[in-house]
Amino acid sequence: MMEMDWYLGLSAVLFTIGVIGVLTRKNAIVIFMCAELMLNSVNLTLVSFSAQLGDVHGQILVFFALCVAAAEAAVGLAIIIAIYRNNLTVDVTKINLLRW
Amino acid sequence: METYIFILFATLAVAAAVGMITSRNTVNSALFLVLNLISVAGIFLLLKAQFLAVIQVLVYGGAIMVLFLFVIMLLNLSDEEQMLSKFSVRYAVGFFLGVIVLSQLLYVIASVTGTLPRIHPEMEAVGTVETIGDALFNIYMLPVLVTAILLTAAVVGALLLAQRNISGKVNK
Repeated sequence: MMEMDWYLGLSAVLFTIGVIGVLTRKNAIVIFMCAELMLNSVNLTLVSFSAQLGDVHGQILVFFALCVAAAEAAVGLAIIIAIYRNNLTVDVTKINLLRW
Repeated sequence: METYIFILFATLAVAAAVGMITSRNTVNSALFLVLNLISVAGIFLLLKAQFLAVIQVLVYGGAIMVLFLFVIMLLNLSDEEQMLSKFSVRYAVGFFLGVIVLSQLLYVIASVTGTLPRIHPEMEAVGTVETIGDALFNIYMLPVLVTAILLTAAVVGALLLAQRNISGKVNK
């Protein structure tokens, strides 16, 4: 049996990779996938604490987080399609209408 | 035995995540993300959360990633010639901030090392469909119904946003 620290450490590493991806990539779809990666690593933390406490409520929270992630993915991808229609690009450095 | 399985899945998850943020092709990124999500589902199984592992593969690895692949196919993007923005300040700052976030998280985890218990012995019974369904449809009945409304609103909103023309000539 393993201790919880390893699961939490793995979750931290995955979250950091997601942060680095959001900060360095230019493609909006890849940035969005990095956000999904971060959501998923937080889910891993919730499940490991739930397993540690033997409590079902942490897993219920993960279930609802999955539902919200599905809704967020649908709306976010629709926004990316709308941006592509107007700008013909998904490069976030070239979408600068509201930048100064 | 459990340790080896954990090391296998953890290495796979981290390698897939790194592959996702470094690959030039968007389709490759999406497939790496699928690999990452499936290995995280394996780790859920190690944590005795069977129901969530299945849901992870079905909803995340199946539905959401198919949506991503459809959008990538619809936009028909070519490979980025220059993946990172010119090895510039942006890249350096992003990496620096990432290292800061990781060191903070690991510092917090290291301070509680040894005090965290192992997997709870009752966990075998907690992660099953029966227990979670019992909690969902008794205590959490209202949130489940609200989630249904949320998903409907998200689908309608996505259809409206992705429409070619939103009520006439707003865009052009």
